[in-house]
Amino acid sequence: MAQQLTAKEPTAEQIADQRIYTQFGVTDYEYELVCGFLGRKPNYTEIGVFSVMWSEHCSYKNSKKILKKFPIDGPKVLMGPGEGAGIVDIGDNQAVVFKIESHNHPSAVEPYQGAATGVGGIIRDIFSMGARPVALLNSLRFGNLENARVKYLFENVVSGIAGYGNCIGIPTVAGEVMFDESYEGNPLVNAMCVGLIDHDKIQRGVAKGVGNPVFYVGPATGRDGIHGATFASVELSEESEEKRTAVQVGDPFMEKLVMEATLELINAGIVVGIQDMGAAGLTCSSAEMASKAGNGLELYLDEVPQREEGMTPYEMMLSESQERMLFVVEPQHEAQAQEIFDRWGIICVKVGKVTDDGRLRLFHKGEEVANMPVKALVDECPMYDKPSAEPAYYAANGAIDTTAYPEVTDLTGALKQVLASPTVASKEWVYNQYDYMVRTSTAVQPGSDAAVVTIRGTRKALAMTTDCNGRYVYLDPEVGGRIAVAEAARNIVCSGAEPLAITDNLNFGNPEKPEVFWQIEKAADGISEACRTLDTPVIGGNVSLYNENAKGAIYPTPVIGMVGLVHDIDHITTQGFKAEGDVIILAGETKHEMGGSELQYVLSGKSEGRPPQIDLATEKMLLDGVLGAIREGYVASAHDLSEGGLAAALAESAISGKLGAEVNVETSLRADAALFSESQSRILLSAKPEQAAELTNYLTAHGVPNAVIGKVGGKDVVASVNGKPGINASIAELEQVWKDAIPCLMK
Amino acid sequence: MKFAVLVFPGSNCDIDCYKAVEDTIGQSVDYVWHTATDLSAYDAILVPGGFSYGDYLRCGAIARFAPVMSEVVKAAEQGKFILGICNGFQILTEAGLLPGALRRNNGMKFICAQTQLEVVNNTSAFTGEYNKGEIIDIPIAHGEGNYYCDEETLAQLKKNNQIVFRYAGDTNPNGSIENIAGICNERGNVVGMMPHPERAVDEILGSADGKRMFTSILNAWREQHGAAVNG
Repeated sequence: MAQQLTAKEPTAEQIADQRIYTQFGVTDYEYELVCGFLGRKPNYTEIGVFSVMWSEHCSYKNSKKILKKFPIDGPKVLMGPGEGAGIVDIGDNQAVVFKIESHNHPSAVEPYQGAATGVGGIIRDIFSMGARPVALLNSLRFGNLENARVKYLFENVVSGIAGYGNCIGIPTVAGEVMFDESYEGNPLVNAMCVGLIDHDKIQRGVAKGVGNPVFYVGPATGRDGIHGATFASVELSEESEEKRTAVQVGDPFMEKLVMEATLELINAGIVVGIQDMGAAGLTCSSAEMASKAGNGLELYLDEVPQREEGMTPYEMMLSESQERMLFVVEPQHEAQAQEIFDRWGIICVKVGKVTDDGRLRLFHKGEEVANMPVKALVDECPMYDKPSAEPAYYAANGAIDTTAYPEVTDLTGALKQVLASPTVASKEWVYNQYDYMVRTSTAVQPGSDAAVVTIRGTRKALAMTTDCNGRYVYLDPEVGGRIAVAEAARNIVCSGAEPLAITDNLNFGNPEKPEVFWQIEKAADGISEACRTLDTPVIGGNVSLYNENAKGAIYPTPVIGMVGLVHDIDHITTQGFKAEGDVIILAGETKHEMGGSELQYVLSGKSEGRPPQIDLATEKMLLDGVLGAIREGYVASAHDLSEGGLAAALAESAISGKLGAEVNVETSLRADAALFSESQSRILLSAKPEQAAELTNYLTAHGVPNAVIGKVGGKDVVASVNGKPGINASIAELEQVWKDAIPCLMK
Repeated sequence: MKFAVLVFPGSNCDIDCYKAVEDTIGQSVDYVWHTATDLSAYDAILVPGGFSYGDYLRCGAIARFAPVMSEVVKAAEQGKFILGICNGFQILTEAGLLPGALRRNNGMKFICAQTQLEVVNNTSAFTGEYNKGEIIDIPIAHGEGNYYCDEETLAQLKKNNQIVFRYAGDTNPNGSIENIAGICNERGNVVGMMPHPERAVDEILGSADGKRMFTSILNAWREQHGAAVNG
């Protein structure tokens, strides 16, 4: 065993004596464990490999106990968490594959490439399962858009997402963007990809078959992205700028070719196992593939294509150069595989073989440079049960009575303020930069509750959305967690689809802070309860911790990515009003709930009190009732009530449909609460006059409280409460406020 | 009638063009690889959108050197129908089959949006099914669609009725000269356009106005063929 590879690398002794491992985020305790597994002190390459495999990003060591709470099974789940992406049956031998993943820290220091490679990584997760990627979504959080640095981050993140998705030719069809001081300096960039697959094409990342060759595919390995996974697992700091080299550089053109060649290889039916090189690159893909098959793996590092001279085993193993894959075939299929990649002009080289000794062994320049048990790398990372403590703010917020705020009297002015808030304002500035139409399957484009993508050759379609209101989760993590799932389901139902399953991206602060850990635990409880009641299992996801800035942790933001199935394209429903004279119906009950609301934020700059409450059984009844009514053909338009409550929903349905509305709400609540409360489990519906009675009867019969509140028509949005005038504005002026808000801030 | 849809590394609207031919006119269509050296079997050649060769160097600048392009030039000379959409338009200008060039959008951002086009020339083989002056909804999705040519070329384009589509009214999304969205060559058998007719072939996608481009091509071919048969 060559302990010293180059003059630059410290020896095993130096690593131990100078505790060099701590620079990689390995604790003294973990280092001792590594020594135990190896029966000796690890050399530089080995400790590097262990450090990335045992990082939070790869091992989930701080979150696994929480993730175990999630319901992951269901009759339609074909593959749950653990592989590149989860898979759900959609009938006719077809299945949908999807996953969300974060690229928060890279995007904070290098927004264009950080966001772009986030998109590239999640696409690889989907096609490495054998699926054809059909849609991209994202979920973004930034600080206050008045701030110059925030503008820079926002501009370049959007541009990076556009640059990658547009070039590779996968439509970016939906997403959400919210702005709050809490995300200053630590933006959230979560990207989701959805793919389609036939059941018999599903691949797994397994290195099966002792003696089978292991192939490396994609561009040459460089020194970019070294320790990316470790970087993602610590807090950002002043020094983070120096870690810019830990951010990878994306090449969507290359990934397009790798994707087409890989799908061709998979369709040829000769792949034994395949996995993309994402976080921790060659290290993670090789170790995980060996582990899943219960085998070992040998890698001959001289064979690894290298972009730079003099790369060490440490550098090659830890590089996160993009657009690379690792796959295993049987020896008799080597030539066929090679021919496919040659035709696409992609490097494909044999770099190793599957062994039966359960060890990951690395060879370089004729010597063995590392020899580690696969099981220790993948399964033996110590799991931590972090201390949890209820933060002081939680009790303090409970004492704030948000119903006692002075009544807002200028309700039209309040609506305009809400519509001009970047969180609520039109995101056209964002999505017009994304090609959301390529592949010609986008039936509902960005800007409605959920996007809908048709499935060629069938009457079916997929609805998809990402959702999370971080303010609610901050104010009450358990309730906020429930709401995130419920809101996603509501968006799916409003588009005419049955919710199928979720993928989640748990964005939180530093889990070593007991108050942050408490948020994680509670939010996970809320998500789990909602997923059980709404019948949407968690089929995969990602955890991003250590999201902090100088003021502390970001708002806890467990983003929910949900996919639903439209059984027949005739059921597709959008939020815009459809025709003059249509009857407007509010389904669900409104309470006086202003905590965490958009109105509270725009008026006071604060988010305080308790968030809206949610009863999951009520939510389930609403979802079933509205979906049933849509399938019966009673519903002309449907729009989920969320930020800005009824007032914002009316304005959005009017603007989208280019038709006004005149409504009157009969209520015991104050007018400002009736119009701006963010009570959950509510949907704004419209129906043809001749079908309105059928719709309300149907809803009532299915236990959904509902009220006819007015009619579609004219060029104004007019809303009264108990007959007393409240909001009165033309669609044109509302649209201008709503559409101009973000472009004006970005000028 | 037989269609070829060219596939360069990085083409990504090839599938959409293929589907559009199948769905709108049900004619035979093949994907043809960038290395192909014989296009004699095809009556129409679609050069699809996307990011051929990653748009590296300059949009379309590398694709024009692909082996298949000399066959496309030959086909153009033979009077076959050639339609370049988006990146395909960029490739045709780089190959010299159409005059002018496509520059960065004046807003310096990629734009994906529904646009309204005015049909300026309905005598071309690609637009015979439209009325002159008709306004149609066809979407765009490009970062470099700002058509430019010099004054002399512009005068030629006008004189020869080579401007096929303009962005309607004051809706020009990219700053193109005289609101030009699509042009043809002097002979009228080669058309290049930034908007995507293949994305507007079904109401569920937002518009079906692009359908008639495909039916126009088929009708033109049938007329040409019928004329040939009838002597």
